[in-house]
Amino acid sequence: MIAQFLSQKETVGIVMGLFFGIAARVYLLRTDYRQYPTYPHGKIIHMSLGVIAAALGAVAVPALFDKNYTAVTFLTVAAQQFRDVRNMERQSLTQVDQMELVRRGASYIEGIAMVFEGRNYLVIFTSMMASLFSLLFAWYWGAAAGLAALFISVFFMTGKNMNQIVDIQTTDVRLEGPNLYVGNIYIMNVGLESDRELIAKQAIGLLAVPKGPDARVTIANLGQRQAILHDLSTVLGVYRDSGEPALMPMAKLDLNSGTLGILVLPQIKDAAKAVAALKRVPVLESAVRMPTESAAGPHKEA
Amino acid sequence: MATIKAIAVLNGKKVDGGAPIFIAENEDELQQLAFDLEKILDANAHDLKNGTIILVEH
Repeated sequence: MIAQFLSQKETVGIVMGLFFGIAARVYLLRTDYRQYPTYPHGKIIHMSLGVIAAALGAVAVPALFDKNYTAVTFLTVAAQQFRDVRNMERQSLTQVDQMELVRRGASYIEGIAMVFEGRNYLVIFTSMMASLFSLLFAWYWGAAAGLAALFISVFFMTGKNMNQIVDIQTTDVRLEGPNLYVGNIYIMNVGLESDRELIAKQAIGLLAVPKGPDARVTIANLGQRQAILHDLSTVLGVYRDSGEPALMPMAKLDLNSGTLGILVLPQIKDAAKAVAALKRVPVLESAVRMPTESAAGPHKEA
Repeated sequence: MATIKAIAVLNGKKVDGGAPIFIAENEDELQQLAFDLEKILDANAHDLKNGTIILVEH
């Protein structure tokens, strides 16, 4: 029976493609501290789309082998479908963001939406590879190619985090009258005595020193800063409620050095945890700038 | 754009203009006034250091 199954190359190819495509989607669909995608229904949506993507990738190869070239047009339908996924993610996250105490911000949402679209293409790629090699050689080569494609997908999906672009230090939070400073960086004016006392008691000050000119531009991006504040608030909790506008975590730049001063008001005051959380904040694709790549960039002769 | 929602002040002569002005008798009352206004208006209290606290919606 198994021998008979293995002799049907096309079926084997499709099954291998489906298997590795779905495996790629499952692997890339990990719910982490961001609690996104939400469980259980958010996950089901993405699993179903992942299965469709895997099926498309797996079936495309035997169709092409059969000289059925119009099969390629199905992939364009798929691309349209996945662009809708991106739209859907963007819309729902933007809606939900209104209700957050510390918002994600538009850049972070765009980043998440982009990732969801990209992952579906990686699923198609993985299932196509597995299916192609199963058809060309043997099922075990298909398995090997599927595994290799899986590793490539994981590699492509791993972005940078803050630890790679900035040095992180803790610093004191200083109040000079109503003016609040993190290290030497002015953050805001706090008018109420009661808020000042709370901030003095509960706040942690962090400094993110950019490692180079590229990093400097990246952390100056407002979307990146909002993402930092949102992530820190998610991991450490927020000492905040509606009607408490003064207790807002904030990040401001030292314009001379490009250092980012970050004020966090966590539930539990633990500076080491705050540093660890900041290190893991993802660098947003939309915030990355590379002035050093330009011919007119810094450290280059004009 | 930030807008000034209200002003709490010790000396009424120091302010004028479009926002509602609340005059306090002393420093304690000024703080209490600003505190209540901040919670009610959901606007940030900022101290201008001349006995004036403005409530700003960001």
